[in-house]
Parts: sequence; C-alpha cells; structure tokens
Amino acid sequence: MKRIDALKAIYPELEHCIVVTIMGAVAAELQSLGHRTNFFYLQHAMGLASSVGLGIALSRPKLPVVVLDGDGSLLMNLGGLTTLARYKPRNLLHVVFDNESLLSVGGFPTATSTGSDLAAIARGAGVPRTATVTTLEEFTQEFQAAQQARELTTLVAKVEATGPAGYVTDLALLENRYQFARHLKSLAEE
Amino acid sequence: MPVSVQSSALIYQALKDCGVRLVSALPETWLVHLIRMAEDDPAMTLVRLAKEEEGVGISTGAHFAGVKSAMLMQNHGFLAAINGIVSCAQLYHIPLLMLISQRGSFGEKDPWQTEGGGVTEHVLEALRIPFDCLDAPEQVSRKIAKAQTLAYSASRPVALLLSRDLMWEDA
Repeated sequence: MKRIDALKAIYPELEHCIVVTIMGAVAAELQSLGHRTNFFYLQHAMGLASSVGLGIALSRPKLPVVVLDGDGSLLMNLGGLTTLARYKPRNLLHVVFDNESLLSVGGFPTATSTGSDLAAIARGAGVPRTATVTTLEEFTQEFQAAQQARELTTLVAKVEATGPAGYVTDLALLENRYQFARHLKSLAEE
Repeated sequence: MPVSVQSSALIYQALKDCGVRLVSALPETWLVHLIRMAEDDPAMTLVRLAKEEEGVGISTGAHFAGVKSAMLMQNHGFLAAINGIVSCAQLYHIPLLMLISQRGSFGEKDPWQTEGGGVTEHVLEALRIPFDCLDAPEQVSRKIAKAQTLAYSASRPVALLLSRDLMWEDA
C-alpha cells in the first residue's frame, strides 16, 4: 500500500475532521491532495503530533480529531501512547503510517523494520482499539470502523517507503498555524 | 513533607484567575499539592504525562482549541522538554506558560538535583525564554498574571521558576 493512496481513500472523511499530521511525506502528500484549513502539519517536534491531537481532543470533545503519525515520529514519543491510553478520548483516531524507515532523511530503517510492533505497543499501553493493516481495502475499512466506534484507536498502516520528490511546500508554517486556530475558533462560534 | 500547601494554593488560585483550564504535569515533590488541587477540581483538566515534552504538544493543541493551559514540571523536566519547546512552541508561536520547580538551588539536600539547578537559568536565557522567579507569596498572583499576559502578547513560551523559599517550608 502506498501512503498517498491511503490518504486519497480517507480524504473525503478528513474534510469533516480536525487533522494533525507529522512532518515529511505525510504533510507533503496530504497537501498535494488539497490543503484545508482544518489540517495542521506539525513540521518538526517529532513525536508530538499525537500530543497536539490529545490536547485538541480533550479540549474539544465533540470534534472528531485524526492524527496522522508515522513510525519514526511515534518511536520518539512511545510514552505518549500511555498518556493517550490514560485519557482515552473517544474523539481521537490515531493513524500511524509505518514505512519502517526514516524516509525523509535518507530512508534509514527504524525499529519496526526489525520487528517492533507499534499496534502491540499501543495495545500494551492501554489503547482500547488497535489494528495493523497492510492493504488499502483493510485500511479504508478499519478507518471507517474506528470513526464509527467512537473509541480511541491506534490504526497502524503498513505502507511502502516511497514519498514525494520534496517536502517543502508553499504553505508557510505560521500561515497554517493561524488558519488552523481560526478554523477551530469558527467551529466554537457555531 | 514540608511542601507549602499555602503557596501551592496561591499558585493554583492564580492559575484559575488567569483562566487556565488545562494543566499538564509530571509529579515532583514540590508539585504534589498543586497536582492534587488540579485533580480535585472538576473545572480543571489535568493531564498526567509520561515525559514533560508531551505537555508542550498538549498545550499547543489546547491553545489551538481555545483553552488556556499551563505546564507544571521540575527543572529537569524542562530540560527534557527542550526540543518540543523549540520546534513546536517557539516555531509555531504558542503562548506556553511553564511553571518550573527550581530544584538544586541553595538549600538543596538531594545531590542528584544539583546539576540541573546550576544550568536551568542559563538554558532559559539561551532559549530566549522570558522568566522570573516566584519566591514571595505576595507576588505569586501578580507575577503569574503578568507572565501569562506576555506569553499571549508575544505568542511565545514564558517560564516562572518556583523557588525553594516559596515551595518548601523547611528551607
């Protein structure tokens, strides 16, 4: 499965969610499908996308929040899984694109390439719903099931270690940040 | 354990008066009462962390969602959170209010706290984080309010160092 195809498959549903992504290929590929003001790309601070998602999910429990994480980022904040699991926000769906590599810095293999199982780690941390998927059909199915379940889910999608040609886009970091905050504010005022 | 309940209550009330509705924390001796106050307060969301850097992300998310927050941590926790502070809170202009217990200063009996105490202020300076020390109970309310005001006007992290004189009655 290619990550870009997985993103395409869920893009229509992401339109209705608050989305936080990691840096690198995930951010660039989601933007290539069409940036929206409800998408925030955390272009550094590896590991903290899930924490940002948790902060939003706890602060706005009625909004569906999707975090698009990656193996390299999640491995930098495994403790964060225990914090997610501790509070189990029902409105948080934690997707992990696992390409078993640090793609944007040269493709160095991460520990998931030697057997570390992120869904098992999430399960062990206490995340109530976890799954690992390897095909686009499974991914789409599990993504929808997780949204309907309204229960904290970590969904690990095994994807190919391929990405876009470049990672810098013409969306400035602060432009994205202020657009996103305004978007959330506009939802508050509804 | 002679951690000052009175000073902890002053700090907690000051945070409430500033509209703080979410506190992330990792326990340390000086913070026990503060964390308990947050836990006992139904109007406060307390997020217990595994590591302090997570708190930077959580406060960032809370800010985007329109919720005022604060982080409670030891200075060693601040040191553990630096990359998040720089590459999330500073990069993305997040008003982050950090309350940091300044262990390892004069009067410190625990040998393991002493190195952190020696570097905390220098690291804050290197990061260009405005900071002040909370050491007198009568200043607590005003200084916390002013710190938060600057955090929001500058859209940057700010820090208040909780001193031994304020937090420890046996100092």
